[in-house]
Amino acid sequence: MIVVVEYGMGNLGSILNMLKKVGAEAKSSSRAEDILSADKLILPGVGSFDHGMEHLNNLNLIEPLNQAANEQGKPILGICLGAQLLTQGSEEGKLPGLGWFDATTVRIKAAPLKVPHMGWNIAQPLKPSVLFQDLPDPARFYFVHSYRMVCDSPVDRLCHTPYGMEFTSGIERDNLAGLQFHPEKSHKFGIILMRNFAERFGNA
Amino acid sequence: MLRTRVIPCLLLQGSGLVKTVRFKSPTYVGDPVNTVRIFNDKEVDELILLDIDASRKQRPPNFQLISEIASECFMPLSYGGGVSNIEQIGQLFRLGVEKVSLNTAAFSNPKLVREASSRYGNQSITVTIDVKKGLFGKPGAYYYGGTKKSGYTPLDAARKMEDLGAGELLVNSIDRDGTFSGYDLDTLAGISSSVEIPVIALGGAARIEHFSEAITQGHADAVAAGSMFVFHGKHRAVLISYPSINELEKALT
Repeated sequence: MIVVVEYGMGNLGSILNMLKKVGAEAKSSSRAEDILSADKLILPGVGSFDHGMEHLNNLNLIEPLNQAANEQGKPILGICLGAQLLTQGSEEGKLPGLGWFDATTVRIKAAPLKVPHMGWNIAQPLKPSVLFQDLPDPARFYFVHSYRMVCDSPVDRLCHTPYGMEFTSGIERDNLAGLQFHPEKSHKFGIILMRNFAERFGNA
Repeated sequence: MLRTRVIPCLLLQGSGLVKTVRFKSPTYVGDPVNTVRIFNDKEVDELILLDIDASRKQRPPNFQLISEIASECFMPLSYGGGVSNIEQIGQLFRLGVEKVSLNTAAFSNPKLVREASSRYGNQSITVTIDVKKGLFGKPGAYYYGGTKKSGYTPLDAARKMEDLGAGELLVNSIDRDGTFSGYDLDTLAGISSSVEIPVIALGGAARIEHFSEAITQGHADAVAAGSMFVFHGKHRAVLISYPSINELEKALT
């Protein structure tokens, strides 16, 4: 069972629709026991960084998430804000993130290009990953964000995307991954990637 | 690189899709769920679905139908029509809609734009500005299905909605709707150069060249079209189409 963490930050509907499409058993939940008993977790999210951390905190989900990530070694995928929350913190807010990656989140500065970076763009893999298995090259995904992740250790970078510069659009280390784009809204590219997460990611 | 988004805009009336000319004479073009499936297969960038009856009939969104459509829609989906309170907006997001487009509510109850964008993030709230030229050719911003004057010029309406927290503006020309005469480039250029948020052009597109014009002369950030994607030939036979990625890349990057 894949549990999509419900913490009041955005579009669970489209993620559940996509998981159904790829044949994965999934539900959304804000309960610690569901998080701890899930096979895999997805941390979605649309909205501001502090708002996201506050909601996780108010629902007492930070501790169970840390336990699932670090002690249980559960495969976890963060999407959009959910990926940024895996970093140490963000220029958008004051609260610390979950801090599972040695990475931070910074404002996109791409002038004269507009912020938010909104629309379809490519994500170029930077290392082998089951998440990108069977994906056509180039793989296109839907983005909408004003902040981006910066990794301290280059080995954590999963993929990058051109927008004024090549920015890190995905991070991955062991059982943990975060994607800046929205695979649940990215046609066949997203279908393949989400199927890879459901069927292959972390299935050592 | 990021390519300009090209967005089919579908009009819902009752449980069917229709296409209008200057907001009038709706022609039935098909079943919404089937049509969305076809657009899915064509890998369109995004979809906009507008219920053109809901606000005028003071009816809430048809959540059942939207839910069916959203579960078939593996691209970003915007919905507009009959949305009048924050609970409905939350409900739409739970069904898998990415963006909610406000028009009647944005003009009659502007604080809903502020409330919705602060709760759900401004990227998820679009305001539609329907533009019609008056007797002396001066354009005005309309609402309530194009029947009520807001009293704002399109530019003032755009600035006001940006201030309220709209994350995107859908600028729709009532005069050009369904006419295949190209976009209202002057209005688009005026708005795009005065707001920071993305502007989507709608109304009048017949060809890919119109998209290029909207971008180079109208400075639009994205282009939307209705008739162009649902009609074919001069007899306006219903045929769902969408340019290939190669055609779009050639014309728009």
